[in-house]
Amino acid sequence: MPPPASSIAVRAEALVKTFGSTRALDGVDLEIPAGTVLGLLGPNGAGKTTTVRILTTLLRPDSGRAFVAGHDVVADPDAVRRSIGLSGQYAAVDEHLTGYENLYMVGRLYGKNRTDAAARARELLARFRLQDSADRPAKTYSGGMRRRLDLAGALVAEPAVVVLDEPTTGLDPRGRLDTWEVIGELVADGATVLLTTQYLEEADQLADKIFVIDHGKVIADGTADQLKAQVGGERLEIVVGEPGELAAVAQVLSEVGSDEPVTEDHQRRVHVKVDTGPKALVEALRRLDQQSVTVLDVALHRPTLDDVFLSLTGHSAEDEPTAEPEGKSKGRKAKSR
Amino acid sequence: MTTISASTRDSGVVTWRNLMNVRRQPDLLLGATLQPIMFVLLFAFVFGNSIGNDPDAYREFLMGGIFAQTVAFNSAYTTIGMAADLEKGVIDRFRSLPMSRAAVLVGRTTSDLVVSALGLLVMSVCGLLVGWRIRGSVVDAVIGYAMLLLFSFAMSWIGAWIGMLSGNVQVAQSAGFIWMFPVTFISSAFVSASSMPGPLKVFAEWNPVTAVADAARELFGNERPGVLAARPESWPAQHAVLFAIVSCVAILVIFTPIAVAKYRKVASK
Repeated sequence: MPPPASSIAVRAEALVKTFGSTRALDGVDLEIPAGTVLGLLGPNGAGKTTTVRILTTLLRPDSGRAFVAGHDVVADPDAVRRSIGLSGQYAAVDEHLTGYENLYMVGRLYGKNRTDAAARARELLARFRLQDSADRPAKTYSGGMRRRLDLAGALVAEPAVVVLDEPTTGLDPRGRLDTWEVIGELVADGATVLLTTQYLEEADQLADKIFVIDHGKVIADGTADQLKAQVGGERLEIVVGEPGELAAVAQVLSEVGSDEPVTEDHQRRVHVKVDTGPKALVEALRRLDQQSVTVLDVALHRPTLDDVFLSLTGHSAEDEPTAEPEGKSKGRKAKSR
Repeated sequence: MTTISASTRDSGVVTWRNLMNVRRQPDLLLGATLQPIMFVLLFAFVFGNSIGNDPDAYREFLMGGIFAQTVAFNSAYTTIGMAADLEKGVIDRFRSLPMSRAAVLVGRTTSDLVVSALGLLVMSVCGLLVGWRIRGSVVDAVIGYAMLLLFSFAMSWIGAWIGMLSGNVQVAQSAGFIWMFPVTFISSAFVSASSMPGPLKVFAEWNPVTAVADAARELFGNERPGVLAARPESWPAQHAVLFAIVSCVAILVIFTPIAVAKYRKVASK
């Protein structure tokens, strides 16, 4: 098979990698058109990092093939390394070097001469709003600043493909927003980006296309909207004050909804899938009002990627792969790992 | 750019990075400088008075041994440095760059050689203070220092290999040092190998540390005091300088490829 056309920046075909008895990758295919952002979404241990390590030549696949910027990762790893910039899960910033020295070093190792490496380092420091801290050792940087420096390191050689492996894992909310902003700028500049994440809203926010990976397999792919459409329309949720009113609510929701309503007695809540969104909501409230049911709370939810993940895998993205889902947790904590 | 000049440049960049790390954390130098001073003082004044009956002569004898021991310990710093880079993901970043494969190892062993040279300087000054002198020719003294640095560099490659075997800094901190004690003590660094019991004596006779210590004494023109004057009849003991240099070359020939192969393996895990 010939190398992929130039409009495809990254292509992986049937990648398999086993570690001992664990099949970390079990036939992963993916394709990233040039200038787009692909989000590789999955829980810990799903195979995201293994995929990244193969595409960045850090690991050889047991079988399957992969091309980055037209170069075979196994046959021509040096050409691949010249075409990529990697920003790791654990920022590989040398904390005893200054921000400037870190970027200068990376530039030199990409083969730039002293003048070019120095100029590029200053340019990136300014772009990533690190110029004021450029000459301080990186260990004095905040978590968000370190990630920005690490991201800048991935861009030193203006690579065709930027690989960001869990760029915000372990960051506090402020650091995450900060990093998202920088990635957003990158994308606006037309870079091809492979982004791995276990945060659903991160993929939603940044990626053009999302590949959901679980147990070493891609189990779904599409835009965020397409994935959400797979789960169905919106969900209408009504909470009442008296348990005795739940039956009446369920009756009304079965009339306006597109599916059987689900009653949660304990929370005195009934919810149902609806196709007509706000219209169904207004209709339901009108009928409940006619029956004098006291509605305490009402909500219309667009499905989140969390719902997508749950419906695809039977477990939430942030649970352990085998754990049973315990409802849909909304307030997700930034995990410090 | 040719492959060799690219490799040299990459190794130079990694060496620079490692030395900047040392400059920003001067406490890293404590081990390489204070430890030899401590050994000089301990051996000179604790053992010096009980080995033989001439403490001054023992100190003169001792310095060659401490030189050999100190440069051998250089390998432990390489062990810890490699393990730290692996643990922190620095190696991954290097591996994802289009740079020479050997540069990380060459850079590490080269920067440790610089630290080792600094340790030798500190130790020489300390030796001068306790009465040690270079009594041979300038050329011999230069050869002596060059041989010590060659030994340091060779040991550093063993250390790099052990560092990659240990995988993390905590293991590296014990793994890097533990084997140094038998290797440096079962030698003629501090006492005469000929007074040791059977198997230990054989080990000591063929131990490169013995050869390096004896060669340093020869090249610096340091006399062996009466009780320690007896040297084994074995070939290495009779040809210390030659055997020391051959040992260093042999260590490099064996451990450079082993370390490079191990680097490829750990880095692609």
